[in-house]
Amino acid sequence: MKWLISGGRIVDPASGRDEAADLLLEDGSIKKTGQGLTAGRGVKKVDASGLLVVPGLIDMHCHLREPGFEYKETVASGCAAAVKGGITSVMCMANTDPVNDCASVTAHILDKASQAGLARVYPIGAITKGMQGESLAEMGELAQSGCVAVSDDGRPVPSGDIMRRAIEYAAAFGLLVIDHAEDLSIAGEGVMHEGFVSTMLGLEGIPTAAALSEIARNIALVREFGRRIHIAHVSTRSEADQIRNAKAEGLAITAETCPHFFTLDHEAVRGFDTNAKVNPPLRTADDVEGIIEGLADGTIDAIATDHAPHHRDEKDREFDLALFGISGFETALALTLGLVQKGRLSLMDAIAKWTVNPARVAGLPGGSLADGALADVTLVDMDAQWTVDPTVFLSKGKNTPFTGMKLKGEVANTFVGGRMVYDREKGIIQ
Amino acid sequence: MIGNSNHLLGLDGLSRDDITRVLNAAAGMKEISARKIKKVPTLRGKTIVNLFFEPSTRTRTSFEIAAKRLSADAVNFSGSGSSTSKGETLVDTARNIEAMAPDVVIIRHKFSGSPYMLADRLDCSIVNAGDGSHQHPSQGLLDIFTAREKKGDLTGLKVVIAGDITHSRVARSNIYGFTAMGANVHVTGPPTMVPVGIEAMGVTVQPFFEAAIEGADIIIMLRIQLERKSGMLIPSLREYARFFGLNAERLETANKDVLVMHPGPINRGVEISSEVADGPYSVVLDQVENGVAVRMAILYLLSGGIDEVVD
Repeated sequence: MKWLISGGRIVDPASGRDEAADLLLEDGSIKKTGQGLTAGRGVKKVDASGLLVVPGLIDMHCHLREPGFEYKETVASGCAAAVKGGITSVMCMANTDPVNDCASVTAHILDKASQAGLARVYPIGAITKGMQGESLAEMGELAQSGCVAVSDDGRPVPSGDIMRRAIEYAAAFGLLVIDHAEDLSIAGEGVMHEGFVSTMLGLEGIPTAAALSEIARNIALVREFGRRIHIAHVSTRSEADQIRNAKAEGLAITAETCPHFFTLDHEAVRGFDTNAKVNPPLRTADDVEGIIEGLADGTIDAIATDHAPHHRDEKDREFDLALFGISGFETALALTLGLVQKGRLSLMDAIAKWTVNPARVAGLPGGSLADGALADVTLVDMDAQWTVDPTVFLSKGKNTPFTGMKLKGEVANTFVGGRMVYDREKGIIQ
Repeated sequence: MIGNSNHLLGLDGLSRDDITRVLNAAAGMKEISARKIKKVPTLRGKTIVNLFFEPSTRTRTSFEIAAKRLSADAVNFSGSGSSTSKGETLVDTARNIEAMAPDVVIIRHKFSGSPYMLADRLDCSIVNAGDGSHQHPSQGLLDIFTAREKKGDLTGLKVVIAGDITHSRVARSNIYGFTAMGANVHVTGPPTMVPVGIEAMGVTVQPFFEAAIEGADIIIMLRIQLERKSGMLIPSLREYARFFGLNAERLETANKDVLVMHPGPINRGVEISSEVADGPYSVVLDQVENGVAVRMAILYLLSGGIDEVVD
């Protein structure tokens, strides 16, 4: 199948290109880019005039919930939501049931992904067996069966010794180790950021020190034992500061943050809105600033959704009992463009955080519009305004704190492997 | 209506006038409790449900008596040993109760924010009778009522709240309420029990108990909640009593007509010595008495009553 995407504005951070050009997709890869390309026989054409043409987005942190929690999300529903959000590759976390700590679970996920035939799915295996934090999972087998990274996300790796062995051992298989940085001995039973809002609401707080303590340990491990660690969902200014220093030291520490951390602060929890309950928690306005600064100066490499869909019943309850998480695929890009609209991040940088950067950090193909690259392409209508309405989400998870928010920037089309899988008029194209 | 709401969820957002309106109504109600026949027909035909998911004797009884003195039908629903222990959610339990058409649902729950959930989902009036560590507005109002009864205008008075501020719903409601009435609220307690950012609620944090008491007009001692998390935050009750308990000696530095309050139940010899609890400055039993009147006023105003009681 051949597609000619004509008349758009190409922004490709991998090459630094920002120009009006046409793009020809052929046999799953990008054939060529240029001015005034014409569609030959058998080439379908999409008019991209007025649209932004960027590499398909890569989300290095999400929860597809399958196997085990199909009532929250399936690989198929998650992938549909992803491509609607312009995301063409997703890395899905291991906290399924059973946990993705062996080849059969990885194979199951990949099988479901290939049946869905939408986004590319790259499973993340567990660091420890059953995510119990006690002994290393069979990372060799995980790598061989298709995992690109390991993480016990949702839980930290409490033992520093296990974490050390994990980064050492994972290196043998080229697996990225991603840590959910939270020192549980400090976080306790907290349900939101510890600050004046938690004080006023009478809710148990999660101190910033919980994240900081775990990151400090990780940095110390990398400093002494080499290898690398990727810090998931950075939520505070102080974490960004530590990561900045570690990078300045030349350590192989990389990091991601999520759209909610540069958009909302803990004030969003007022009124006990369980849709604003997320772990790590929404922090202070100063942390939001610190995260934006960290994105702008390159300290934070990537933006990822931490898409965490939950069933309505799991959110429609007392704040203490509601589950942590935000359904993020379908709002991520527009929230990121919000930073561009406010002049906080250049468009080039914003797209890089979603494309070439996560591709490099996780060692994935894609994230580029170079000739010969994967034909994963997202077309964005930068001027389209829309209001967040979870009832029209393709994700089964309607849990978003952004309901009613007016956003600017909408995905017009998504291509995966040279095939159009989403069109904003037609919806998902199987 | 209380403030601009048909619920009473917390004292935040209530102005001095809003609170004064409740206090004035309560003053009328108090007179009813002093009569030989302590009952008026004001809320006849109204149904009031006590939905208590935490054990409580004082507050539940107080609300029940308040409802009955106004001739409302009061029904008690105890959360433990019922549908909730069979796995029913709070929202479902409340919807089932609502299907029986109550006018007011009074809820006590161990999780902060639960009454807000119900207020969002049910049509009847919701009264928060204590939610987790968040608020206990009827207790706040009865404390303010008692203070006003003894002191008159509360403007400029030094009100000290002492103890486990972090886990106290009484503290939060009193901070909002007394501050709205123009008092200067100070909080004190072991630093492990004073939550971060409490200054944002407009209080002065005083780390030293003795210094906090000095010149105090009203001291509200909080209960050390042995059944809750308080136990982890202090080395022992013995040490707590020694350094953070209110005894006669410490009380000497307060203003000479100081009021000592306690929301009860008191731990004698822990946060308050028996000498003080039973002494001349203690208004602990006045608080309990006034509790009924204040809760009558709350039920009355939420059931569509106007400011003055008509019987």
